Amino acid sequence: MLYRENGQFKTTYRADQQIFPIAQDRIAIALLLAVAFIAVPMLASDYFFRAILIPLVIMSMAALGVNILVGYCGQISLGSGAFMAVGAYGAYNVFVRVPGLPLIPAIVLGGLCAMFFGILFGLPSLRVKGLYLAVATLAAQFFSDWMFLRIKWFTNNSDSGSVSVNGLQVFGMPIESAQSKYLFCLALLVVVALLAKNLVRGAVGREWMAIRDMDVAAAVIGIRPMYAKLSAFAVSSFIVGMAGALWAFVHLGAWEPAAFSVEVSFRLLFMVIIGGLGSIMGGFFGAAFIVVLPIVLNQFLPALMGLFGISISTAGVSHAELMIFGALIVWFLIVEPHGLAKLWSTAKQKLRLWPFPH
Amino acid sequence: MAFFLETLIGGLMAGMLYSLVALGFVLIYKASGVFNFAQGAMVLFAALAMARLSEWIPKWTGIDSPLLAGIAAFILAGALMFVVAWCIERLVLRHLVNQEGATLLMATLGITYFLEGLGQTMFGSDIYKIDIGMPKEPIFAFESMFEGGVLINKEDVIAAAIAAGLVILLSIFFQKTSTGRALRAVADDHQAAQSIGIPLNRIWVIVWCVAGVVALVAGMIWGSKLGVQFSLTTVALRALPVVILGGLTSVPGAIIGGLIIGVGEKLSEVYLGPFVGGGIEIWFAYVLALVFLLFRPQGLFGEKIIDRV
Repeated sequence: MLYRENGQFKTTYRADQQIFPIAQDRIAIALLLAVAFIAVPMLASDYFFRAILIPLVIMSMAALGVNILVGYCGQISLGSGAFMAVGAYGAYNVFVRVPGLPLIPAIVLGGLCAMFFGILFGLPSLRVKGLYLAVATLAAQFFSDWMFLRIKWFTNNSDSGSVSVNGLQVFGMPIESAQSKYLFCLALLVVVALLAKNLVRGAVGREWMAIRDMDVAAAVIGIRPMYAKLSAFAVSSFIVGMAGALWAFVHLGAWEPAAFSVEVSFRLLFMVIIGGLGSIMGGFFGAAFIVVLPIVLNQFLPALMGLFGISISTAGVSHAELMIFGALIVWFLIVEPHGLAKLWSTAKQKLRLWPFPH
Repeated sequence: MAFFLETLIGGLMAGMLYSLVALGFVLIYKASGVFNFAQGAMVLFAALAMARLSEWIPKWTGIDSPLLAGIAAFILAGALMFVVAWCIERLVLRHLVNQEGATLLMATLGITYFLEGLGQTMFGSDIYKIDIGMPKEPIFAFESMFEGGVLINKEDVIAAAIAAGLVILLSIFFQKTSTGRALRAVADDHQAAQSIGIPLNRIWVIVWCVAGVVALVAGMIWGSKLGVQFSLTTVALRALPVVILGGLTSVPGAIIGGLIIGVGEKLSEVYLGPFVGGGIEIWFAYVLALVFLLFRPQGLFGEKIIDRV
């Protein structure tokens, strides 16, 4: 009875077009934001921040970016890890080379680098699509792996390609404690998510979806495939690049090219699949799932096995993790191809009718 | 000149091995329209099974001869690949009939992870070796033409011969048998094939079994060259540009693509690498394939893709 839209009348187009047309949703989101910005920083422990919350927030942003490309525009990409790497190293380069550059412009510039890289490697999408494109995007991945390992200029002449940053601060406030890191990433995530949500609601988003659903038909009705595809690549890699810069600067602090290997690309794709293709909400669910699952498995699998009197090694846990990952992906594809986001929207639909199912 | 020839031959031989893995991709795509990302995991799984079984069988049965143990291990590992194929069809593909290519691709990504985990759980995750008695010593050819001759690895020659034999067998299977025709029909259109009475499920099992055997052969050869370890899965990533260069639907394409990529990789590494810092093999193959795709999106021998609204 709580989640009902009866009596909420919309008298203007503005009111009809808002992101959350139902009052309860607006309240829920406001509460959620309040919890995320106020309650969580007060309650969570340092370990919780570093192991779960910060990776979660950053990966949500990356998943959001990937979702725009894969979920909204239908261009399967296995090169997201490369875009993250370009964002990270791009931001690092401007940060090191321009003295006194504040953190936020550095991250945005990193995102811009990733954007150009993304457009460059998105060019094949104009000619090839589907599976061929998925393989073609791997080129971006291997190229960036090589570039940051071998071209010394990008890593400021470090031998192994590993670099580090310190003394981060925003508007004079140091970003050193886990709390401040979390709040900084969260604030950026909220801004990006809002922008992304509005983009996919608008004309550009509709073009992307038309291209995804059937590109030939979309071209026939006057959508320019080149513009739509490349803009999806640009927006997506910009967001992914910013996430990469955050991941490197804020989460890792010191990193090397291997931090953005092809494995990262796969993980990002899984986040999008499990969370829900073509849904902003899905990115958050997927990221939460993929970030939290390994930690939960690491904590509970040995205990669970202990109940049956089997001891399990660390290698065993990591193998079990691989198997559970794989099985879950297949399971999701079979049972719920639209991912966790679809479950969420089904639940909301049911709540609207509750307690009368019809 | 001799050095150039040596590089060229080395590239051709490496290319032959890439084709062997690429063949697994092409087979499954040609026969079921699934882009099988799990091919690398299957190669690893098969190689692990082969390596460990040939180690275990003498212990279990007391067979002393390494040759007999090797053959028994090969047969057992092949049987295991059949079981894997059957399980994949039963548990995954059967539920995804008529889905889009992208969905199936992602399902095979899931299978990849599962097989990697399962293989290492069952057979351990150390480095193992497969010894199928391939001669290791190199031979020298064209000694009369060049000073010192051209060095050729015997192992590579045998591997290439095995790959070539496999390709010929498979081509005959696809072109001349009724099962082969049915396989091609399924690849064109699941629904249409079903409606004329081709048993989709059985076809899928058959083709995954064949791909499993190809993976076993590839795993055996690669494993005896490099040792059986997790990095074997990256062999599949090396073989992907081969597939897109040659075209997803063409067996000869896999071979020629493999040779082009193999040669391109080696020549670029030797002659171009020093100028840009080396290690360019992997991405060079991809970029080569990519540039190629810009001119011929369906690959060298792929079927032309026609879109209709």
